[in-house]
Amino acid sequence: MKITKEEVEKVAHLARLNLSEEELETMTTQLDTILSYVEKLDELDTTGVQAMTHAFSVSNAFREDKVTDSLAREEALANGPCQNGESFVVPRVI
Amino acid sequence: MNPYELTIAEATVQLAAGSLSSRELTQSCLERIGAVDTKVKAFLVVNAEQALLQADEADKIRACGEAKPLCGIPLSLKDLLCTKGVVTTCGSRMLENFIPPYDATVVEKLKGQGAVLLGKVAMDEFAMGSTSESCAFRVPENPWKLGFVSGGSSGGSAASVAALECPASLGSDTGGSIRQPASLCGIVGMKPTYGLVSRYGLVAFASSLDQIGPLTRDVTDCALMMNAICGYDAKDSTSVRQETPDFTASLSEGLQGMRVGVPREYFGEGLDPEVRAVVTHGIEVLRDAGAEIIEVSLPRTDYCVAVYYLIATAEASSNLARYDGVSYGFRDQEVRSLMEMYKETRSHGFGAEVKRRILIGTYALSAGYYDAYYKKASQVRTLILNDFNRVFDQCDVLISPVVPTPAWKIGEKADNPLAMYLSDVLTISANLAGIPGISVPGGFSRDGLPIGIQLQGAHFREDSLFKVAYNLERGLKLPPQRPGIT
Repeated sequence: MKITKEEVEKVAHLARLNLSEEELETMTTQLDTILSYVEKLDELDTTGVQAMTHAFSVSNAFREDKVTDSLAREEALANGPCQNGESFVVPRVI
Repeated sequence: MNPYELTIAEATVQLAAGSLSSRELTQSCLERIGAVDTKVKAFLVVNAEQALLQADEADKIRACGEAKPLCGIPLSLKDLLCTKGVVTTCGSRMLENFIPPYDATVVEKLKGQGAVLLGKVAMDEFAMGSTSESCAFRVPENPWKLGFVSGGSSGGSAASVAALECPASLGSDTGGSIRQPASLCGIVGMKPTYGLVSRYGLVAFASSLDQIGPLTRDVTDCALMMNAICGYDAKDSTSVRQETPDFTASLSEGLQGMRVGVPREYFGEGLDPEVRAVVTHGIEVLRDAGAEIIEVSLPRTDYCVAVYYLIATAEASSNLARYDGVSYGFRDQEVRSLMEMYKETRSHGFGAEVKRRILIGTYALSAGYYDAYYKKASQVRTLILNDFNRVFDQCDVLISPVVPTPAWKIGEKADNPLAMYLSDVLTISANLAGIPGISVPGGFSRDGLPIGIQLQGAHFREDSLFKVAYNLERGLKLPPQRPGIT
């Protein structure tokens, strides 16, 4: 086994997902199959090979430090599943 | 001929001559949608009223003599392109009620051309899939054979164009999601070079791989769409600063001096004999048009799926962290604590395929596994890119199949994620290397299912792709066929 049920549970917590017992079983089997498959990369020697970040050389994209229009608060809040006209409302944290 | 059957180029001739108005054309497409979409199931939303207003506006602009190339042309949009004031679901319950406060840059560009936006089309949830079956709302069907997949993730885009509901659509391609459905539905689909089309307003899946592109009925229309959507955009930090050429200038006959490479690894085991025959015929057509055909090798092809399903899932797990039920999208309202709100929101808002990919990606990035999975995959990605760079010293364009088989029945691969992932083997390398690719209709299987031919080119050499694609289309002389649905 590449991955155990306990590890899938731990990863699910990191990803902020709750899995039912049935989902956990299925996901563990499927993740195991997929992780076993990707092991084939070990056949390749990558010693000293740079990890690719971009297909061709690019420089960082900076813009001028100028104030421009941004989304109005009302518009920014419009899609909020719970909001009070000033901010997004979430369950009590403290 | 009904107006809805016209290509963009054909419709534009009639619009310019005054023998057809955009309102008539748009009305015709809307009627076609009304007639066939209950079977094809491509559209999630049809904005008939708004589309007719846009059409009237386009007719006015044309009357003033100010029509741009896509003026008055009705189009569909994959439902992950943000449209101001129009719900954008990304095929997910998570965004079922999301109304973007802005337009994606490509949508802005289409509106600036005076195009008519008919509505939003179905797709795999968050563009994760090869059949559009993971769409939370409806699963588009192949217009050539109902009950068969239209491909994915831009399945709704391909189905809407193939079913003659609109002449063109915009989709997105992260591992083949434009080229594969185009191939399965018998139309043209292009994934441009990474950075050529702004991703601003595209709901992100895997940011280093995602690219927006057109799906059309022929190569000429594809070039016209590319002319409209390419260009530098300060809102996308990976957008490339360069002038957009006129891609239609590449559409000329004759391939003298062109070297077309045949990558032997793309013709291996598992390739359907009918697909092989169609591509082999395509190679002969290019030879007859004057191209030099050479055999080449991309030795790491067999590793592309493994690299892709680590990098794409890692990026997805990070991109999809934003769906937390706070600022937009679905929220599970039942829970008391913040942690449970996050978890319940994500568990109910996402479907199985999205959860599976988030889990793989999170695992690949987690402490202790990063080097073994993500870093290793990124290193092999460099080797894959090097292979392409070397091959494009030997030839201008690569020819290959797009998908190893014609379309399959809906449900056939739904229970086996790895089998589904492996069907992407011929398209994902272009995304890993950032190069452009195009799928061109090549023929049909005995069962009447379309088979496409893929062309891939070096970075920013869409001009070569268009030239070869145009000659392929001309040389194949496929009889004009229309899917039989009415």
